[in-house]
Amino acid sequence: MTDLTEKNQANGPLIVEGKHADNERLKAESNYLRGTIADDLKDNVTGGFTADNFQLIRTHGMYQQDDRDIRNERTKQKLEPLHNVMLRARMPGGIITPTQWLAIDQFAREKTSYGSIRITTRQTFQFHGVLKPNIKLMHQTLNKYGIDSIATAGDVNRNVLCTTNPVESELHQEAYEWAKKISEHLLPKTRAYAEIWLDGEKIDEGANGEVVEPILGSTYLPRKFKTTVVIPPQNDVDVHANDLNFVAIAEKGKLVGFNVLVGGGLAMTHGDKSTYPRKADDFGFVELAKTLDVAAAVVTTQRDWGNRVNRKNAKTKYTLDRVGVETFKAEVEQRAGITFAPSRPYEFTGRGDRIGWTEGFEGKHHLALFIENGRLLDKPNLPLKTGVAEIAKIHKGDFRMTANQNLIVAGVASEDKAEIERIARAHGLMADDTSMQRKNSMACVAFPTCPLAMAEAERYLPGLVTDVEAILAKHDVADESIILRVTGCPNGCGRAMLAEIGLVGKGPSKYNMHLGGNIAGTRIPKMYKENLNEADILQEIDSLVARWVAERNDGEAFGDFVIRVGIIAEVKVSKRDFHA
Amino acid sequence: MLPEQQNLNQTMLDTNQLASFKQSINDLSPLQLAWASGYLAARAEGASSATAAVAAPSTAPTTLTILYGSQTGNAKGVAKSLAAQAKAEGLNVELKSMGEIKPKAIKNITHLLIVASTNGEGEAPDDAIALHEFLSSKKAPKLDHLHYSVLALGDTSYEFFCQTGKDFDLYLEKLGAKRMAPRVDCDVDYDAEANTWSTTVITEAKELLESQNTASNVVSLTSVVNTEELYSKQSPYAAELLLSQKITGRDSAKDVRHIEIDLGDSGLTYQAGDALGVWFENSTALVAELISELGLDGQEKVAVADQSFTLAQALKAKFEITQTSINFVEFWAEKAQASHLIAILDDKAALREYAANHQVVDVVKSAPLATESKLTAQEFVEALRKITPRLYSIASSQSEVEEEVHLTVGLVQYQAGDISRQGGASGFLANGIDEGGEVKVFIEHNDNFRLPADNNTPVIMIGPGTGIAPFRAFMQEREATEASGDNWLFFGDQTFTQDFLYQVEWQNYLKSGLLTKIDLAFSRDQAEKIYVQDRLREQASEVFTWLERGAHIYVCGDMSRMAKDVEAALLDIIATQGKLSAEQASTYLKDLRNAKRYQKDVY
Repeated sequence: MTDLTEKNQANGPLIVEGKHADNERLKAESNYLRGTIADDLKDNVTGGFTADNFQLIRTHGMYQQDDRDIRNERTKQKLEPLHNVMLRARMPGGIITPTQWLAIDQFAREKTSYGSIRITTRQTFQFHGVLKPNIKLMHQTLNKYGIDSIATAGDVNRNVLCTTNPVESELHQEAYEWAKKISEHLLPKTRAYAEIWLDGEKIDEGANGEVVEPILGSTYLPRKFKTTVVIPPQNDVDVHANDLNFVAIAEKGKLVGFNVLVGGGLAMTHGDKSTYPRKADDFGFVELAKTLDVAAAVVTTQRDWGNRVNRKNAKTKYTLDRVGVETFKAEVEQRAGITFAPSRPYEFTGRGDRIGWTEGFEGKHHLALFIENGRLLDKPNLPLKTGVAEIAKIHKGDFRMTANQNLIVAGVASEDKAEIERIARAHGLMADDTSMQRKNSMACVAFPTCPLAMAEAERYLPGLVTDVEAILAKHDVADESIILRVTGCPNGCGRAMLAEIGLVGKGPSKYNMHLGGNIAGTRIPKMYKENLNEADILQEIDSLVARWVAERNDGEAFGDFVIRVGIIAEVKVSKRDFHA
Repeated sequence: MLPEQQNLNQTMLDTNQLASFKQSINDLSPLQLAWASGYLAARAEGASSATAAVAAPSTAPTTLTILYGSQTGNAKGVAKSLAAQAKAEGLNVELKSMGEIKPKAIKNITHLLIVASTNGEGEAPDDAIALHEFLSSKKAPKLDHLHYSVLALGDTSYEFFCQTGKDFDLYLEKLGAKRMAPRVDCDVDYDAEANTWSTTVITEAKELLESQNTASNVVSLTSVVNTEELYSKQSPYAAELLLSQKITGRDSAKDVRHIEIDLGDSGLTYQAGDALGVWFENSTALVAELISELGLDGQEKVAVADQSFTLAQALKAKFEITQTSINFVEFWAEKAQASHLIAILDDKAALREYAANHQVVDVVKSAPLATESKLTAQEFVEALRKITPRLYSIASSQSEVEEEVHLTVGLVQYQAGDISRQGGASGFLANGIDEGGEVKVFIEHNDNFRLPADNNTPVIMIGPGTGIAPFRAFMQEREATEASGDNWLFFGDQTFTQDFLYQVEWQNYLKSGLLTKIDLAFSRDQAEKIYVQDRLREQASEVFTWLERGAHIYVCGDMSRMAKDVEAALLDIIATQGKLSAEQASTYLKDLRNAKRYQKDVY
C-alpha cells in the first residue's frame, strides 16, 4: 500500500551523537523508575512532585497537573497551583468488568476533585484531580480489582489498543489476547511500581549485575511508544497515530498472523519544521508465533537507534526517516529472526463506533453508548456516570472502552436487553437525536487540567459541533458528517492530524486549521489556515461546506473533495509535503 | 570637678540613658540603624532633613544576575547556558527563575540579563507574571543604577511576537535602567541569535563589572523630622491601603486577607513582633440598617465630646456597632421592655455570651421598640461604646518592605438570619475601602515578642491561622540580617489546599534553607482532627533538643484554646523528655519565660 519509491530514501546515521537530552539523565539516575518519589509522597509542604519525580511518575501512569482555571488566582493568593495528579489506567483493548467499573466509579466520586471518569483516545479511563494524600490509596484500590497504571505514560510502551469489534467476537477475543500479551511483554520489568505504591518489598534491582530491563533497557525508550492491534476493516484505533501496529489477518474467521505497520505518530511542535505527523509504513506479514519477537525487535531497534539528543525528533517515525525504512526493517528482521512476507491484502473503511445495539455471535448483544468527549460525569438532569454504574450493577457481560472515547456494554443476553436500555435511556446515555456529525467529532481533554493545552478542546467541542450541525443543515446535508477533531496542543491526543477537519490549539481561542484527512484515517491533513478564532473557524467551514455541497462528485467525502479541487494539497510523504 | 568633665557629663549619656539607648538599638536591622543614624544627625542639626550615606542593601555590585521567565523550558535552557558561559568568563553569576525572586528585590540588582519567553497571546509566562506586573505598577522603584539587556523568545506566527521580552525592556528603560546591549527578539529557531546576544552581553557585562569593582556604591537616604512622636493612637497616620488580597483558596471556609499599607513619608518605624493599630469606620449599609430599625432618619444631631455630628456620621466613625457591650444589652432590655433580654440580665455569663454573638443592630431587631416609646439619637449613642482601634500583629519586616506594613487579617463574618454580618475592622479592611483608600494607623510596640538578640539562636514558631503573621515578619527579618540561627515553624489551619497561608513563601524559605523545618497540621484533611499541639508532641524529642540548644519559642494566635493546648503540650514534652516532674517542668517553662525565651502574642 505504501509506495516506498516515494519515501525519503534516507541513509542518515543509525545513532545520533551529541549531548543527551536531560530526560536521559533522569531515566539513568532513576534507579529503574524509582527516583525519590517515595520521599516526595511524605513531603506535605507541596501537593506536587519535585524535580525528576515530576517526570518519573508518568512511567507509573500519572501526570502532575493543576487546575489551570485558577492558577493565576492562586498565585495572587500566595498559594501554589492546585497540584493534583491525573491517572491513566492500563487496560489493554479497553475491556473492563462491571465489578471493576463499580470500584473506579466509587473512587472517582469520593476521591477526585472533578468526580468524573474520562474515557480517552488511548482506550482506557483517566481519573482527574487526585490529591497527593490519596495517590497510594488510588493505586491500592485499583490493584485490589486487578487494574494497574504501569507505563501508560512516559518513555515506554503505553497502553496497547485493540479494535473494539464485538460483532465478530471470536476474532476479537483472539486479537484482544494478543493485545494483552504484547502489553505485558513490553512492560517495564522493574518492581518500582509495586514497591512505591503497593508497599511491596524493597529490592536492590540490578545490584548483582542482572539485567533488569531486557527489552526497554536501563534508560528506557528515547520517547513515548504506542502500539495497537487492529482488525480491518475497522480502523477505530487509528493505526497511523501509533508507532507499532499489528493488523489482524484472518482466514476462515481464524487469526493467522499480522501485517506489521511501523512509525506512525501525530505529535509535532508549532513552528518546528523538523517535526511532523507521519503515517506508519507497512513492513509486511508475520505469522502469529513470531508476534512477540517482532514487537520486541521493533522496540529494541527504536531503543537503540532513536534520537536521544533531541526529544523533538526522538519518536520512531523520525528514526525511520533518518535511517531509511528498509534499513530499520532489515534490523527488525535480523533481531526477530524472521523475514517479513509480503503484506496480506486488507482494507480500512472507517473508524467510528456503531452506536446503538448490534448483535454478535452466540446470540449476544452489544450496546455502544455515545459518550461526548468520553466524559462520564453526573450533570444536572444528565446523570451519565450514575447511569453506567447502574448498568454495571446488573450487567453480566463486560464493558469495552473504545478509542473513540465511547463505551460499549458488551455481551448482553436477549432477555436483559430491555432493562439495560431502560437504564441507559433513563440516565441520558441513549439519545436518538445525536447527529452523525457529533458522533464523528472528537476532542482531547485540554483545559483546565492538561498542563500542555494551549487552547480549549473538550470544553469547546460540544458548542462547535452544534454550530457545524447548523452549517450542514443550512446546506441541506444535515444527515452527513465530516470527521472533525480538536486538540488543545500539537501533541496529538485528539488525533486531529487524521481528521478531515483538524483544529490544533495555538493559543487562547486560536487554532490552526488542517484539511484533507479521509474517512479511513489513512491520510494526514495539511495546514489550511493559521491562528483562526472561533468565528473565523465557522466562517471557513461554512464556505468550504458550501463549495463541497455544490461541486462534489457523487458521494465524495469532504476530505477527498478539498484535495481533488485543490483547496489543499495532499500530504503523501509527510517529511516532504507536510510543511511544503 | 573640672570644667571639661562637667561639660562632658552634660553632653554624654548617663549610665541609664546609655543602657536604654543601647537596648533600643540592639535589635535594629542594618537598614534601621542607617535610618536611625540619619535621624539622629537630623535631630542634632535641628534640620528638617538630613542626608546620610549608607551602604546600599544590595547584592554585591560585582554580581551578574540572570533572570528567566520560561513556560516550556526554552528560556530556562538559554539562561542556563548563558550563566555557564558567563561563569567561564570568570563572572560572579546568579541564575534564577523570575518566580524565585521577590519582585522588589530587583532594586538590589545592578547588572541584569533577562531571558523571557512569551505565552499564548502575548502574556508573560507563569513564573514571570509577578515581576512583570510589579515593574509596570506604580510600586516599581527607580532603577537608574541598573544595567540590563533582554533576550526575548517568541514565535513570529503569533500576533504579539516576543511581547513579554519587549515589555520588560520597556519597563526597565522607563524606570531609568540603562541597556548594556539592545534587546534581541528570537523566533522559534533561536539558537544562533541567542548565542550572538549572549556573547555580546557577557562582554559588556564583564567590562562594566570590572570598572565598577573599585567604585563604591552609595545611596542617599533622606531622613525626616521627629515623626514618631507626631503619630500615635490619638493622632494616627492617614496611610494608603495598597492591597487587600484574599489568601485563602476559593473553596476555603475562611476569608483571610493579606493587607499591605503604605506608611509613605510618615517616618513610622516598627520591629518584627510589633502590632499595627487600625482605626476603622463602620459599613454604610450597616449604619443605614441600624438607623432604619431605630425609626430615626440619621440627620439628627448628636454631641460627641463637645463636637456635633449627625447620627449617621457618629454611628459610622465614632461608636462601636459591630461589638455589643453588656451595658448596651441592659440599656436595650429596659428601653424595649424585651422579655428575652430581661430574662438574662441577672446571668452575667449568659449576658456576656449574648452580647458577644449579636451586633447592635441584631439586638435592636430582636426587640423592636414599641411605637409609643420615645428614643432620642443622643440617648442611643450614649448607650454605645466609643469606637476603638484594633491591633493586628504585623506580618512584615521593614528590612524587607521598608515603608510598607503588612497584616494578615481574618475576616470575621457570620450569618444573622439571612444577613451576613462582618467584623468592624476586618470588614473595613477587606471590603470597606478600596485599594488606594485611606486607613488611619499607628504603631503599637511590643517588646515582649522579639527575635533573640543573638542571630545564632534557634527559634521555634507556633502560629496557626492568622497567628502566622508575626512569623512572616520574623523570617523577613532573619533573612535580611542573615541570621544563622535555625528556624522551625509549626503552622495549622483547616485544609492544605485552601488555607496554607503564605504557602509559596514558606516553600521558598525552605528551599533557600532559611526555614530549617516546618510541621503542618490541617485539621480537616483526614478523619481525625490534627492540630499544631499534636505535631509538637510528635516531635517531642526534637523540640526538647532545640530548647536545650537555647531555642526561643514563640506562640501567636488564639488564646482561649490553642495557646493553652500548646502550653500543655510543651509542659508534657519538657517533663517526658527532660525526665522532670510536672512541677519541675512548670519551673523549666517559667524560667524560659523569665529569660524571654518563651513569648506569646495571643488574642
